[in-house]
Amino acid sequence: MDLILPSSGLIFWQLFGFLALLFILIKFAWKPMLGALEEREASIDNALKSAEQARSEMANLKAENEKLLAEARLERDNILKKAQEASAKMIEEAKDEAGKQGAQMIANAKAVIETEKKAALAEVKTQVATLTLEVTEKLLKKNLSDDKAQKELVDGFVNDLKLN
Amino acid sequence: MTRKILALSLLLSAFLLNFSNAAFAAGAETEEGGEDPTGFIMHHVKDSHEWHFFNIGHTHVTLPLPVITYASDRGLEFYMSSDFQNHETHLFGEENAHNGIYIDSHEHLGRVDGGSITDFSITKNVAMMFIVIALVLYLALSAAGHYKKHGAVAPKGAAALVEPIVIFIRDEIAKTAIGPKYKKFVPYLITLFLFIWVGNLLGLMPGAANLTGNIAVTFTLAMLTFVLVNVNGNKDYWKHVFATPGVPAPLLPIIVVVEFIGLFTKPFALMVRLFVAITAGHIVILAFIALVFIFESYAIGVVSTIMVTFINMIELLVATIQAYVFTLFTAMYIGGAVAEHAHDDHH
Repeated sequence: MDLILPSSGLIFWQLFGFLALLFILIKFAWKPMLGALEEREASIDNALKSAEQARSEMANLKAENEKLLAEARLERDNILKKAQEASAKMIEEAKDEAGKQGAQMIANAKAVIETEKKAALAEVKTQVATLTLEVTEKLLKKNLSDDKAQKELVDGFVNDLKLN
Repeated sequence: MTRKILALSLLLSAFLLNFSNAAFAAGAETEEGGEDPTGFIMHHVKDSHEWHFFNIGHTHVTLPLPVITYASDRGLEFYMSSDFQNHETHLFGEENAHNGIYIDSHEHLGRVDGGSITDFSITKNVAMMFIVIALVLYLALSAAGHYKKHGAVAPKGAAALVEPIVIFIRDEIAKTAIGPKYKKFVPYLITLFLFIWVGNLLGLMPGAANLTGNIAVTFTLAMLTFVLVNVNGNKDYWKHVFATPGVPAPLLPIIVVVEFIGLFTKPFALMVRLFVAITAGHIVILAFIALVFIFESYAIGVVSTIMVTFINMIELLVATIQAYVFTLFTAMYIGGAVAEHAHDDHH
């Protein structure tokens, strides 16, 4: 029966010992320990949260970077396009200019040639006139030395007039 | 690896066997000179005024313990257990009275003049309790020291051992069983668990006392839980006991009686469960060892050793499970006392 009958002395010591253990541990072990655990859990929580925040910020930054990059790419394309257009335009203009100048030059050359030709023709006419005059003079001097000849000439003129 | 563990446990069992052998020889011989297994087993399971380890031949290796007595007419008195023993046989008995006080063969204190006397001795179990308390204190305080020194960082050393237990009890036992008001009760639950667990484990050591398998110890722990539960019982809890909702009026007297008895059966179950689980384990181990001396056979010795090793391993499991169960049920009873019920939909 001893086995299942609690003895008062042991109950006393157990109560005393356990309560002493309980109070010492609550004050010096569990309070600081549970406090530290909570603190650590809070700090882990915070760390996770800030990591999450950093990650979202990174994502934002990356998105922004990509946007910037895309803009830059667009800008570059624009610039290239404009440059190409400009160069094409310049070439076109140069071509036009060259064409115009060529045409001008040709026109000028033609004009000069025309002028020269006219001058040459005038010269030739003058020369011919001169020569004709001289020949005429000489012919006149020779043919009009007799009356018959003069008469023939006048007849000739008269005939021509009639025909007209 | 497995073979090594097996060899080690066999060795340990042999060691245990040796101790028990000696104790057996010391403790209990029947009048005919034969072995008395019941006496041998009870000698190990029960409390004692001296701490007996083993015998070498006829030399008793024991630790005499303080005997503290109180009687209203004599006051407090201090002795050593060896004062009340026969110097030859190391047995207690009325014939070995000292200063008018004796310890009888059942370890009860008595007075030669027949007056009443109360026993506050540091018995084997009390000494064991101090060892358990010292170990728990050491573990817990060195764990707490880690946080004091390093702040809220990852645990190391004793803290790495204690912290998972603390977190387990806080999150898996207190939070789930008690509910939102769990915080206040966590320190008690941790202390309870550590005390029972360390007590159970140390009790398995050869030569150790059967502390947590002692009814006085489990009674005290259960009583503390009882007090804690009922001191913290809220309006709903008491209403549930004395005016159980949802019960027809004619049945109420019966239900109230049942509920009232229920207040006491809960801690009673706690007390008995731990006591029986630990004591039964010890008795089984000791019975297997006793077989060796009953049969006086080497073959039985081998079988016994294997069985004792096996039971010892189960006891390691039981030590933890019983500590867990005691803590869990305490938490559940507290949870029942502090919970805010909605009584409309269920009872």
